[in-house]
Amino acid sequence: MELTANDIITWVNKTNEKIQNNKEYLTSLDQAVGDGDHGINMARGFKEVVAKLDDNSYENASDALKDTAMTLMSKVGGAAGPLYGTAFLKLSTSLKDKSAEYTHFLNGLEESLAGLKQRGKSQEGEKTLIDVWAPVIEKMKEQEDFDAALLKDTAESALEKTKDIKATKGRASYLGDRSIGHLDPGSVSSFYVFEALAETIEGGG
Amino acid sequence: MESAGIVLISHSAKVAEGIKEIIHQVEKNVPIELAGGTDDDRIGTSVEKIQTAIDHAHTEGGVLLIYDLGSAMMNAEIAVEMSDFDDIEIANAPLLEGAYVAAVESGMGKSLAQVKQAAERALQGD
Repeated sequence: MELTANDIITWVNKTNEKIQNNKEYLTSLDQAVGDGDHGINMARGFKEVVAKLDDNSYENASDALKDTAMTLMSKVGGAAGPLYGTAFLKLSTSLKDKSAEYTHFLNGLEESLAGLKQRGKSQEGEKTLIDVWAPVIEKMKEQEDFDAALLKDTAESALEKTKDIKATKGRASYLGDRSIGHLDPGSVSSFYVFEALAETIEGGG
Repeated sequence: MESAGIVLISHSAKVAEGIKEIIHQVEKNVPIELAGGTDDDRIGTSVEKIQTAIDHAHTEGGVLLIYDLGSAMMNAEIAVEMSDFDDIEIANAPLLEGAYVAAVESGMGKSLAQVKQAAERALQGD
């Protein structure tokens, strides 16, 4: 299966719906371990992305992803802006002049993960969104085409595991052991991103 | 060589303004530009504000960026990567003390590398 520019728009729209519906929930999670602005920031950023993609037409997935990235960078604020912006920009750059079929898309996600690690100077096991992106990509590498159910399940179980991790990066790291027992807000929003991708795949193809 | 410009990047516009005021007591000739708050003036940082501040603060002596908390650094890095200038440095320094020392050193005509180094040693007191 190959993702078209329209699929990217569907992916972004579905992500936006989940974030808008869970804005208060993301905020409450971030109040427990961070500075409490993740829900507001993500809701604002993705609303702007939807408007941006709606106002333009795209010939390929890469271009739609680029506008997504640039809008997230400038509109989200907080750590999520540069992180999600970088992730989508790396995916866009990796898919430039290529079809977004499975192998290319997966290579792009690997570039996104490398970008997240580099931008956040972080790695797996530090209670950040990387703890969702990394296992999802690992699992995808075992497959040869998109598997919506597997994608969602992998993201969900990875998300649950962030509860037991002690934060050593980001604002939550100031809380030390107090961060244990709470879900990482960035991992929850990343779960929405992958759940939305799974639903996009189910709807198309 | 012109004095290197300085960009103050803070999660709060008020913090950035306040630091500029303090620096002005000792140094008025170094370009100091502010990138405080998000582009709708909430707490946070904005790549666009940082880019604009870089363009205004830049001199032939280059420009030094100083930031306050984690995400400010990420946005500073993005702004540097997107800029056409290749003489921008990011100081890993306390915002107030680092910017204060940097402004004084820049005003004395020190190079960008020296200004950055001075900012990063601001708390060492030697």
